[in-house]
Amino acid sequence: MKVAVLQFPGSNCDQDALYALRDDLGIEADYVWHDTHSLAGFDGVFIPGGFTYGDYLRCGAMAARAPIMAEVRRFAAEGRPVIGACNGFQILCESGILPGTLMRNQSQKFICREVWLSAGQRRSPWTANVDRPIRLPIAHGEGRYMVDDESLACLEGEGQIAFRYVDQAGQCADAANPNGSRDAIAGVLNGAGNVLGLMPHPERATRAQLGGEDGHLVLAGFRALVGGGI
Amino acid sequence: MPTVRVTVRLKPSLLDSAGRTVAGALGKLGFHEVDNVRIGKVIELQVKAADDARLRAMCEQLLANPVIEDYAIEVLP
Repeated sequence: MKVAVLQFPGSNCDQDALYALRDDLGIEADYVWHDTHSLAGFDGVFIPGGFTYGDYLRCGAMAARAPIMAEVRRFAAEGRPVIGACNGFQILCESGILPGTLMRNQSQKFICREVWLSAGQRRSPWTANVDRPIRLPIAHGEGRYMVDDESLACLEGEGQIAFRYVDQAGQCADAANPNGSRDAIAGVLNGAGNVLGLMPHPERATRAQLGGEDGHLVLAGFRALVGGGI
Repeated sequence: MPTVRVTVRLKPSLLDSAGRTVAGALGKLGFHEVDNVRIGKVIELQVKAADDARLRAMCEQLLANPVIEDYAIEVLP
C-alpha cells in the first residue's frame, strides 16, 4: 500500500505529511507533483496544507484546477481514500469533491493553536478510532466552513459531518468554535465516505515531541482504508 | 478587443467579516453614517470575443465560487 502526497506550488505541509505517514504510521508514501496526470501505483491520496498558488482568487481555487486534480476526482469517484487537511480541505471543496467552502475566519485573524474535536455520528473508518475528544493543531486564516441550509441538512442527514469543534469535555460551545464555522464543523466526508477533508492537522500530531499523538487516531483510519478500501 | 468586467460579490445572506471590520474602522475615523460594508472583487478580462455563455462558464468554473458568491458580467464599450 502506498500513498501519494500531492505537491503544489505553495504546499508547505507536504514533508510533515510524508514523514508522519512513513515514520509514525508505517505507510509507504511518495510525493506526486501537481503537473502530472497519473496516480498509478497509489492506493490513497493525502492533500497537504499550505498556501497553494498564494491562495490567489480564493484559497485552493487554482490548485483545484491543476492537472493532477482531474485524476484525484476520478480516484475518489472509484471509492478510494483521499484526505485533505487545511489547504487540502479547501482544495477538495473548491474542486467540488466535497460540499461547502471555507471562508475567512470570523475573527479576521490567522489562528494557530490546538483545538478539541469530537467525531460525528456516522461509523466510518476515518473516525472508528475516535471514541473521545481528540486534540489537534489548527493553523489557518480561512477555516470558517460554510454551506447553505439545504446542504447542511443533507450533511447531517447522511452523517457526513466527520468532526466538530468542541470543548475539552466534548461539548459544543461557541467558545470552542475557533473560526465561526457553521454548526462548528471542522471536517466533512463525501457521500460515499471515502474522502475526508478537515481543517485541523493530524499529520502534525503523530508523536509526543510534536505536542500530541492524537493524529494517529485519524491517520490510522486512513491506513485502514488504504489497506482495505471501503 | 473588448474588455469584460466581472464583479464577484459575497451572497447577501453571508456574514462578510472583512466588510464588518472595515465598517468598524470607518466608524472609528468619524464616518458614523456607515451602517454596513460589503467587499467584493472586480476582475477585468481582455477577450478576443465576448460570448455570453462562455463568460458565464468562466465565472461558474473558476472566477466565482457559486457556494458563497454571486457574479455580474459587464461588457465594456
